[in-house]
Amino acid sequence: MTLLEISDLTKSFASPDGGQKLIVDIPAFSLAAGEQVALRGESGSGKTTFLHLIAGILAADRGVIRLGEHDMAALGEPARDRLRARSIGYIFQTFNLLQGYTCLENVMLGMAFGAGADRARAVALLERVGLGDRLHHRPRQLSTGQQQRVAVARALAGGPRLVLADEPTGNLDRRRARESLALIRETCRENGAALLLVSHDPEVLGSFEDQRDFHALNRALAETEAAS
Amino acid sequence: MTVALIVRRSLRQHLLSTVVTALSIALAGGLLMSVWVVKEQAQATFAQVNGGFDAVLGARGSKLQLVLNAIFHLEASPGNVAAADYEAIRRHPAVKRAIPIAVGDNLRGFRIVGTVPELFADVEYAPGRKYALQTGRAFDPSAREAVLGSYAAERLGLGAGDVFHPFHGLVYDERNQHAETYRVVGVLAPSNTPADKVVWIPLHGLQTMAGHDPRAATDVSAVLIQLKSPAAGFMLDLMYNRQGNRLTFAYPIGAVVAELFQKIGWFDQVLALVAYLVALVSAAGVLAAIYNSMAARRRDIAILRSLGAHRRTVCAAIVLEAAAVGVLGMAAAFAAYGAILAAVAAVVHARTGVLLDPWSFHRVMLWAPAGMIALCALGGLLPAWKAYRTDIAGNLAPVS
Repeated sequence: MTLLEISDLTKSFASPDGGQKLIVDIPAFSLAAGEQVALRGESGSGKTTFLHLIAGILAADRGVIRLGEHDMAALGEPARDRLRARSIGYIFQTFNLLQGYTCLENVMLGMAFGAGADRARAVALLERVGLGDRLHHRPRQLSTGQQQRVAVARALAGGPRLVLADEPTGNLDRRRARESLALIRETCRENGAALLLVSHDPEVLGSFEDQRDFHALNRALAETEAAS
Repeated sequence: MTVALIVRRSLRQHLLSTVVTALSIALAGGLLMSVWVVKEQAQATFAQVNGGFDAVLGARGSKLQLVLNAIFHLEASPGNVAAADYEAIRRHPAVKRAIPIAVGDNLRGFRIVGTVPELFADVEYAPGRKYALQTGRAFDPSAREAVLGSYAAERLGLGAGDVFHPFHGLVYDERNQHAETYRVVGVLAPSNTPADKVVWIPLHGLQTMAGHDPRAATDVSAVLIQLKSPAAGFMLDLMYNRQGNRLTFAYPIGAVVAELFQKIGWFDQVLALVAYLVALVSAAGVLAAIYNSMAARRRDIAILRSLGAHRRTVCAAIVLEAAAVGVLGMAAAFAAYGAILAAVAAVVHARTGVLLDPWSFHRVMLWAPAGMIALCALGGLLPAWKAYRTDIAGNLAPVS
């Protein structure tokens, strides 16, 4: 069953010369429920913008981003916020944990704006990622790998149908990157969430059966190359 | 719950600015409440102080000076009342009781007042309350004996059995010591009235003190009067103030005191204005503190928004944070208020003998905190607007 279906999606930004620069132009993209897909692309290729559009963090200029029964691209901002809170988990390269909050609070905030904060579920998720004894630690008291695990728990906290991971292992060493990737994939599977991961790391990409080339997907890149 | 958590954590993350701004609000709130309560309570308390009398008869002059001199034991006497005039008012059918007093001497700055023992035996200085002796007995009107008000006794360090020389004049000058000696025979229990700071001696003793004008030896400084009815007051007012021109009849005492507060009303307004301005500056401090920290908050706001928080949620959190600083500040303001009022009450008590109650309820204790918290919340609106406009994607770097 298709979970995410994108068609004719475009996004431009104002360029310094006063014009508009097309960053994302995706004619078609889809992801099945529970599917795990890695998107290969170089830095600056628009992958983050693409994920932000799917998450509703950015508004699309044009196109359809159908997530289940909702078209994210057609929704107003408050509705996009609600849909993101209920259906999407996001793992950032720099984790983006809230430094003033404990691990438990970070995870609880991951569900607070959607289904509502559930302490028991937050504790269970932190235990699942091996941080049951770090509930009340603050991010700066944790190692990089542990912070990554908090970010994973937070992304899954709201019971999302889709987890977006933006270079999630970019800040980890090889061994930790492998462990972290395995954890992300396992926990997504356990929670029934599809995973869309973007990376430029061949080792990360190689662990996915389903890899897609963002360069080929994004027509904006081809146009840029043609222009240069 | 979520917004409360965000507010709590943000207050903690910006602890120094939270504490500093809350303290400035505490001082502003404390000052605002103090100015208001001192004004209201002083006005109410002083208007009620009448020593149990309805009116004062004294030499021709200002009613206010007469009341301040005879009831509050402040100011100089405007002049003397002849013995015949005292007798006339004492025997007037509309007068229930007339107590003469004479002033003109002091004991190391505490005013010596000559009077008759009936003041302590018969007069209720407040409904149902007569002057009581804490130690000793009342003076013998024919002896050189004194009864001290409680505050005067405490400050002078005198008690029953001690002997002192009076000093001439209302201002203490050690060169003006009278030759006579008086023995303290009693100390009054605190009445929280101006009587507490007086050294009471027999009327005759003060009238005949060596060095006083012997021609005025039977005169009194003022006569404290209890009337049989309020109508009698208006009748005597007409008789002394409109038809006569030798004496002044100050009636009712409360109205005369109220006039004083009306005259110094502008001063209250200046104080209130200063307090309002301090409050406004403190609220602006909340605005500045939060606004200046917005650069550091942008990332947190973007993260919260990426987790699904609405713009209005982060907005509300900022406004509530500003209000919370106000709440913390106003909680501390009651401590500042208590300290200011205690100091003011001590000064007022020392100067007048009147005791203000810092902890009696006043409506300002409700509207000042509510107003201050609302003002702080208002101060949070501009940073909240900045939070509302925070770009999520731009603050979630890096971008791949």
